Amino acid sequence: MAHDHSHPHPHQPDLEETPLTHYQAMTEAVGQLLIEKGIITGEELRATLESIDSKSPAGGARVVARAWVDPDFKARLLVDVNKAAEELGIDAGIIPIRAVENTAGVHNVIVCTLCSCYPRNLIGLPPDWYKARSYRSRAVREPRAVLAEFGTAIPDDVELRVHDSTADLRYMVLPARPAGSEGLDEAALAELVTRDCMIGVTLPKSPGA
Amino acid sequence: MTARFAIGAKVSVRAAYPPGHVRTPFFVRGKTGVVTEIMGAYRNPEALAYGRDGEPALPLYRVQFQTAELWDDYGGGAADSTVVDIYENWLDPAEA
Repeated sequence: MAHDHSHPHPHQPDLEETPLTHYQAMTEAVGQLLIEKGIITGEELRATLESIDSKSPAGGARVVARAWVDPDFKARLLVDVNKAAEELGIDAGIIPIRAVENTAGVHNVIVCTLCSCYPRNLIGLPPDWYKARSYRSRAVREPRAVLAEFGTAIPDDVELRVHDSTADLRYMVLPARPAGSEGLDEAALAELVTRDCMIGVTLPKSPGA
Repeated sequence: MTARFAIGAKVSVRAAYPPGHVRTPFFVRGKTGVVTEIMGAYRNPEALAYGRDGEPALPLYRVQFQTAELWDDYGGGAADSTVVDIYENWLDPAEA
């Protein structure tokens, strides 16, 4: 039977029903001023927003998977992520990105304690928790407790190395290739690489999991 | 670019608390670490934030700290470390 609306639906507010915050209003105003003064065009602004939204962890996953199967590519990746990504046809932007490699003795975690610096031109926008004050403060103060909340246990004899991206570079973790993935091709390997393992709060998925 | 510190140098972060836009986190101020990489020169963010040109560019270092030395009661592994990007104007040679 068709949905005849004899019952009430909970009201879902339109975007415009929530008042603008101070910074939303300022952002709108600056954007309009830049356009009115001819510094940027509306089309450039739209295209930039679209480009930002088009980035996703899949870009980083492809880079990681290639590094797992190609040691020469991995060496180039560890020197310059942006340039290495370009080899795969991925535009990682002009802000330099560095990869830090997990090894048997070192597990890396990324945070930006001051704001929310993140390699967004390669792996997309950061999750909300990455920008939250609790993660930003606790990732340096008690990183092992934070990782435990993500279900990640790093043995005490492994160095936990926290990278605070406070300045002009962005960081991503190059996770270790999971055990049992020997028979997988590059595309299947990329499926194991999650956003969170490139931040370092988890490990890649296990094959078949 | 002339970098004042070499890789492997022991450096202390200035224990300074100036007002304004500063990109040196509080938790490393006054602490001692080791330069692990020199990342090139970048315009000074403390000036850029106020519309100035940020010149001269400052050498930017990766400085590694023992996490247990940053916090009085750090409960993690003894080898755990924290790496922070710090501009040269915040670093002094560490006293031997």
